[in-house]
Amino acid sequence: MRRAEIITAFILGLFSVYLMWKSGEPPAWNPDAARFDNIGYDDNGAPGSGFWPFWLGVIMLGSCIWTGINWALRRTPASVSTAPFLDSYGWKMLLTVGGGLIGFLLVIEFLGFYAAMLTFLVYYIRFIGRHGWAVTLSIATAVPVVCFFFFDIAMRIVLPKGYSEPLFIPLYDIFL
Amino acid sequence: MDILFSLFDGILIALQPMNLGLAVLGVVIGLFVGAMPGLGSVNGVAILLPFTFVIQGISGDATSPMIFLAAVYYGAMYGGAISSVALGIPGASTAVATTFDGRPLALQGKAHIALMAAALASFAGATVSNMMFTGFAPMLASVALDFGNPEIFALMLLAFATFAGLGGDDFPKTVFSICFGLALSAVGFDIISGEPRLIFFDIQGFSHGIRFLVLAIGIYGISEMLWTMNASRGKSSMSKVEVSFASMTNALVRFREAWRGTLIGSVIGFFVGILPAAGATPASLMAYGVTKMTSRDGDAYGKGAIDGVAAPEAANNSASTGAMLPMMTLGIPGSPTTAVLLAGMVIWGLEPGPLLFSAQPDFVWPLIGSFYISNFIAVLVNIAFIPLFLWMLRMPFSILVPLVFVLSLVGTYAAYMNMFDVWLMVLVGLGGFFMRMLDYPVAPAVLAIVLGPIAEPTLRQTLLQYETFTIFFTRPIAGPITVTAIILILLPGLRLLWRHWRAARVGTAGS
Repeated sequence: MRRAEIITAFILGLFSVYLMWKSGEPPAWNPDAARFDNIGYDDNGAPGSGFWPFWLGVIMLGSCIWTGINWALRRTPASVSTAPFLDSYGWKMLLTVGGGLIGFLLVIEFLGFYAAMLTFLVYYIRFIGRHGWAVTLSIATAVPVVCFFFFDIAMRIVLPKGYSEPLFIPLYDIFL
Repeated sequence: MDILFSLFDGILIALQPMNLGLAVLGVVIGLFVGAMPGLGSVNGVAILLPFTFVIQGISGDATSPMIFLAAVYYGAMYGGAISSVALGIPGASTAVATTFDGRPLALQGKAHIALMAAALASFAGATVSNMMFTGFAPMLASVALDFGNPEIFALMLLAFATFAGLGGDDFPKTVFSICFGLALSAVGFDIISGEPRLIFFDIQGFSHGIRFLVLAIGIYGISEMLWTMNASRGKSSMSKVEVSFASMTNALVRFREAWRGTLIGSVIGFFVGILPAAGATPASLMAYGVTKMTSRDGDAYGKGAIDGVAAPEAANNSASTGAMLPMMTLGIPGSPTTAVLLAGMVIWGLEPGPLLFSAQPDFVWPLIGSFYISNFIAVLVNIAFIPLFLWMLRMPFSILVPLVFVLSLVGTYAAYMNMFDVWLMVLVGLGGFFMRMLDYPVAPAVLAIVLGPIAEPTLRQTLLQYETFTIFFTRPIAGPITVTAIILILLPGLRLLWRHWRAARVGTAGS
């Protein structure tokens, strides 16, 4: 945990510097303007577009340095903890559940929301939750059906359907 | 006295069978729309706006459609608490603060107490707000007009100062979290100069900005679930709730503990709600912060304090009625939902503004009467549905978790119709899990991303107009607010100094 604390503070510090760098970027229509021209007042006396994010970046960097000092002086619980950041259970859970979510997103891109919902629910309830097929299939089919009628039909919010789109055309003919 | 007679007449019109039926229907629809993550009162009101033309065609006036939309608004404001408590996902920005204590209560098997407190506090908040609206509408409208950019920014500063108290003991991490949220809210086009900025790694998806719900659902829907699963080793950490008459009566009795938060929320909610640029979200956050800060047992907040549920719920309902005030008396919408309502009023041939009360009393008083009726119906419907919402909590954890994930993804897409936001939400959720493991408080980041779009323009416009920071101290309203905010920011440091001083005195006396 102690090592994770300082590595995270370092990464967030780098992000703060990147934020400051990006804040000073000249606008696309005026590439000749000097970087960081926009973080102070312009000719009209108005704060520029980079004013707010740049100074926030400065405070964020200061906070990361403060966290680093606390770590060095062992003032916070994380900086004195010898426990692992994530144990084997934690990594396994993160890989199966986080990986499942990324898989869910990838399936949405190809087969759309409803087919992806069905696939993800079967994966999670049957293979992670270890429930029986009857429970798995009833929930995995009921949820997309309820969502379809709520979002697509009642609320008129059409969810992406990818390659499964043709399957929905008869339903639209009936319900819309 | 004239006001009371007008209100009585208005209530009688609102109680006519058709108007009453529309109010019940609107509340029920609003409740379910509000309970759905990703959908809030603005979605409900906007989607149902076209249906009001049908209602107007039947009723022949603008009162009935407006009563229907106001009922949807009320129902949605009540509904926001449901997903915050039952699923741990704030469905809308107004319900973020409800999650802080509502979720811990649910995890302790006290979801019925949280839901009852939310319903009753909402009712109290809206009732107080309705009474103030009825009695002081024209006068308060002129006070609201005195709030310029310096005052609004000072108010935002006060909200951020209360966040510092929400973050726990690690002050630099809390400050980082607030600034991180504010920086993310600045991604996209600068609304003052029109320049694109902070387009990270030149990914065009960032050009439309990072929306509040992306961050909120990612953190509360994904990372909190992952954290809970890791902490509980995958076993259900939800205590079972007994749904019975006795448990509901107990929940009703326990509401006595929430009177302070309800009162603070109701008053703060109304006054923040009437400000044209503020609305229900800052109101609920400030109410939570003030209730926690003034409590003798501040450490209990975030761990399941009933006051922590009541204060934001009273505030967001109170602010919702308050936000109607500038819309009706000045023609200035204080929130996206009131903007849609304003559009509806204009379409129906009404002219919101200072003359509305005198020129259209036949419209105004039945509408105000319907606020009281809708509020009453909303609390009854909400309490009646509590057993259904509790049923969600009785599901095995291994079924509830994937359902929350599915709702998180669908809710994010439904809110913005953009797959980039869905990807970003999942990545924020995974990143938030690591931050949570290292004690970075995530709530201040979520709150900051909501208030950032108000804070930045008001600060820059103030500096453009007055060219000095001292204006925040010299204006009669902004000055005291700014000084209070600075004291609150310095409070953790002052407390530390006080402890050292006392310890030193005790040491000296002992020796």
